[in-house]
Amino acid sequence: MAKPPFNPRPEGSSGYLRVGLLLASAVGVGLLLQLLLGSSGIGGEDFAAASPLLLKGLGLTIFITVTSVLLGAMAGAGLLAGLLQPWPPLKIAIRAFCIAFRGTPAIAQLYLIYYGAGEIHALLQEAHLWWFFRDPLNCVIFTFTLNSAAYQTRIIHGALVNLPREQTDAALSLGLPRLVALTRVLLPQALLTALRPLGNELTKVTKASSVASLVTVLDLLGTAKYLVGQSLDFGFYILAAMLYVLLVGAIRLVVDAIERHLTRHLSPAG
Amino acid sequence: MLQVLQFGPGGWGGELAAGLAVTLALAASALPLGLIGGLALAFATHSRRAWVRESAAALAGAFRGIPELLTLFLVFIGGQRLINLALPLLGLNGRFEFSGFLAGTLTLGLVFGAYASEVFLGVLKTLDGSSIEAARALGLGRWPVLRFIILPELFRLGLPGLSNLWLSTVKQSALVSVVACDELMRKSYLGATSTGDHILFYGVACLCYIAITTASEAALAAWHRRLSRGRSRG
Repeated sequence: MAKPPFNPRPEGSSGYLRVGLLLASAVGVGLLLQLLLGSSGIGGEDFAAASPLLLKGLGLTIFITVTSVLLGAMAGAGLLAGLLQPWPPLKIAIRAFCIAFRGTPAIAQLYLIYYGAGEIHALLQEAHLWWFFRDPLNCVIFTFTLNSAAYQTRIIHGALVNLPREQTDAALSLGLPRLVALTRVLLPQALLTALRPLGNELTKVTKASSVASLVTVLDLLGTAKYLVGQSLDFGFYILAAMLYVLLVGAIRLVVDAIERHLTRHLSPAG
Repeated sequence: MLQVLQFGPGGWGGELAAGLAVTLALAASALPLGLIGGLALAFATHSRRAWVRESAAALAGAFRGIPELLTLFLVFIGGQRLINLALPLLGLNGRFEFSGFLAGTLTLGLVFGAYASEVFLGVLKTLDGSSIEAARALGLGRWPVLRFIILPELFRLGLPGLSNLWLSTVKQSALVSVVACDELMRKSYLGATSTGDHILFYGVACLCYIAITTASEAALAAWHRRLSRGRSRG
């Protein structure tokens, strides 16, 4: 008689709903406090002036995340193809790339690329690449594309090698060419198990991309930093934090819904 | 070009080594904080009281959603303000200054705790309770059951997840450089800006981080194998 050792707790998306409700009440309490304490900033004209800026910052954060993860997925597909080749030097090089980008902080990668590009700008100018690297936003997207490519390669490769060996055997014994077996039999299954870590990758880049604010990019955190610097009102950081929590929560909801939709054939209850 | 990395006067080798030590100290001091915080949050999520459950879940969810850099600002600036607001109420005079290291430790611990609670909750779900029932039947009290049955299992099964969190914490510690904590990333930044050798300094910093993460990954994997000796799976 396996009795659950702790109070069972309802699981699933209702948790997010409750977090959302809690957040909404937190926003309410925050606004009330601002009004009661009579402090400037969030409860007044400043807020009206700041909110379009913050929303613009939020938009830029979403843009950086989506662009980097999509470009990272394309680069990751190339890296994955390389990993599946039998030629060892290529495999070793790709492994080294993944270790380098997964083993270092995003801030170090961004500084290396952003300030490093400045150091060798004469060379880059000769190669006609300076127009790209002189813009900090491009450096941020470039950094997170490579970063995300390394993580996505690792996620999908991990899911692929963990598939039962029989799947490959069955596909090949049916006479499917290797490429068809990979793209029509193995990858769809691997992507299904990789869905959750890939969703986490999306929220991770959303959060990690806030280091863009350190190289003068006005993403959500950069905008909040600018507004705090202008008004000395710390409340903008709290507001930005709430927007980040809402954004990450929204991404989780969407990923959960996609996962439920794609795995609906796997469990009779789902 | 490499002589700027020399140890001794005129070289940055000693500075970088000192920064590396601070980085390790930052991550290591955040670890106990995060483990205890994570355990507390996980058990609070199983509380009998609804408001404890809901606030623990909301707290962990919030700190999993806020970027670590912003959490650092919230702790560094907001924490300092809160303490300075509270000091007069406690009848104390003077101003409290948060050091970058303290803010960094608190932030990394907070983030580690928020994620560790998720790891612990996942493990708690897989425990079927038979060993707990057996221990209770033997007459063990609440605390011994927790100390000798639940915690060792939680730790052993949670170790892979906790290992990942440790690697994240090492990497996140680089963010603490922005609140003037003299760890590896800030020393590299200072070296890079004063010599102009950005690629060299950030390259060396990256190599140091790779060394820490690969070494701890290998050590933690070996530890997990050791803890799982004599077990068929898990």
